Amino acid sequence: MELILSLAIGALSGCGVWLLLRPRTFQVIIGLLLLSYAVNLFILCVGRLRVGMPPFLEKGQIGDPTQFADPLPQSLVLTAIVISFATTALFLVVLLASRGLSGTDHVDGTERES
Amino acid sequence: MMRWVDHLLVLPVVLPLVAGAVLLLIDDQHRLLKTAISVGSVVALTGVALALLDLVNAPSTEAGSSVVWVYRLGDWPPPFAIVLVADRLSALMLVLTSVLALASTVFSVARWDRAGVHFRAMFQFLLMGLNGAFLTGDLFNLFVWFELLLAASYGLALHGSGARRVRTGLHYIAVNLATSLLFLIGVSLIYGVTGTLNMADLAIRIPLVSTESRGLLEAGAAVLGIAFLVKAGMWPLSFWLPTTYSAAAPPVAAMFSIMSKLGLYVVLRLWLLLFGADSGASAHFGGEWLGFAGMATIVFGAIGVLASQDIARLAGFSVLISSGTVMAAIATGQLGVTGPALYYLVSSTLAIGALFLLIELLERGREPGADVLAVTREAYGEDDDDDDSIQIGEIGVAIPAAMAILGLCFIGCTLVLAGLPPLSGFIAKFAVLTAMFGPPRPGMNTGVPALAWVLLVLLIFSGLTTLIAMTRAGMRTLWTREEHTVPRVRVIEITPIVILLLATATLTVQAEPVMRYMQATASALHTPQSYIQCVLTAPSGRIAPKKGGS
Repeated sequence: MELILSLAIGALSGCGVWLLLRPRTFQVIIGLLLLSYAVNLFILCVGRLRVGMPPFLEKGQIGDPTQFADPLPQSLVLTAIVISFATTALFLVVLLASRGLSGTDHVDGTERES
Repeated sequence: MMRWVDHLLVLPVVLPLVAGAVLLLIDDQHRLLKTAISVGSVVALTGVALALLDLVNAPSTEAGSSVVWVYRLGDWPPPFAIVLVADRLSALMLVLTSVLALASTVFSVARWDRAGVHFRAMFQFLLMGLNGAFLTGDLFNLFVWFELLLAASYGLALHGSGARRVRTGLHYIAVNLATSLLFLIGVSLIYGVTGTLNMADLAIRIPLVSTESRGLLEAGAAVLGIAFLVKAGMWPLSFWLPTTYSAAAPPVAAMFSIMSKLGLYVVLRLWLLLFGADSGASAHFGGEWLGFAGMATIVFGAIGVLASQDIARLAGFSVLISSGTVMAAIATGQLGVTGPALYYLVSSTLAIGALFLLIELLERGREPGADVLAVTREAYGEDDDDDDSIQIGEIGVAIPAAMAILGLCFIGCTLVLAGLPPLSGFIAKFAVLTAMFGPPRPGMNTGVPALAWVLLVLLIFSGLTTLIAMTRAGMRTLWTREEHTVPRVRVIEITPIVILLLATATLTVQAEPVMRYMQATASALHTPQSYIQCVLTAPSGRIAPKKGGS
């Protein structure tokens, strides 16, 4: 379980970082999206990976911490998803405005003279 | 039944939220009403911040402790509650924010709040995020406030539009989104190792972390520190800062000057709380790196100040110099240096805010690109051809009143930023250097570390370069013989600048009580036992100021 998740986080982070450094704005946005997926998975796995455990207690039961999943990282991930969703939407609008004002989708605002 | 004063602590967050929401609902036609609401909200915020400052400045009953006010959101028991904590440092930063916000709002009433939509509402949300970040005592809550103020700042950075602003706004948003991801990684690593997000609880649990997990904890703390230092403008990660700050609208740039100090506030709070002297094996973790980064930032800022071709970029690099100085001073880890570093932070933030507002007034009278033309002319050594014909009329030429006031304000900013007497910049630098080289107090390590000598050289070097660059810019803009139109300056625009500079003058005149407050703040930060105890044992129901013992 840990191996699969680590590989997934690593692959997503690597692709995200590579795309983030590209010169086209759309690639930058996709890079940030992939990175946010990786970070969200990372936050989730900080709560220790357990297969098939609910984050809820049975009614009236004093919980044994090893019998249920940690709910706090799940709420952290939810918050992070919501916030990055809003900021990605804003970034897309700014991308469109930049494309309109400068006529190009290069991150520097002008094409490189080469 | 809770008294109104018990809820004072949540007002800095709720007040701008309500004001911003109301502003969004009112149509733009009712300009006077919207202006009244936004200015009224900021005035009320200033009052609340001063009241909080007064409350935490009360002398505490037991020696060696400090007054800390705690507000538990939702009345959950500690350490599960998300807490808002007002101690001396938080109250100080709240007052600084309110003063700058007041100046910026009054300045924007003249014309800048109409340059785009929803300026006033976004400004209120920015203030909400700033106040929340200064007051919170929980790491993930800090992330939420950070994101809130960043979202508002994205909108404000784009305010006024135009190709240049949108391009720099794009870069600013991309850098900050990546930084927020780093923040999340750091917070989750720290949670994974210690199991808590409450800052006071972390301070208790960190010395107890086992050696296998300590590497993860320190990695998480390092990543978290990087995220804050990007906002503060640490050297290799600060290339976005001068460009964005110089392109932003002036009232927005004035607020940006305190946003860069927000990163430094968090580093100061967390570093001294979590990795203080008695935190076991991780004591003073990363102190040297912080010092090196601060010094590199000072060098980069000083060179950039000399190299910048227009005043707005010069002001952006001054932000870097000021950030680097505070970073390096904090990193010495000495109790006596932290107090003067806070004094320096306040004085330089006020001066940079005034400078950003002033630049817009100066640039009005000149055509775009005039600075670049002037620099090019100097570089190619062109002399004025009409030396002889003008000399007779120069004596006794009356300076227009607008230019005179602008010139005086510019001189004031120069004095504070370069660290020359008589304004507060001199006292700040002098106090920092004296504290580093002064006689060692009992309990501190004797001898002057080599880094202190380097910091001395850098502080004086940065002051010199700031002086050279500012006087050169002033001569180009204000004090030359060239034909330039006198800018039309309204009273409502020059008043905030004058008030900010008078505030720095007040810091000079009232230096003793202010410095005493800063030193009390520093000692409360370096011995955080009362903070920890107040947060973790805050009573339910009625919030009373707990005077914690150490």
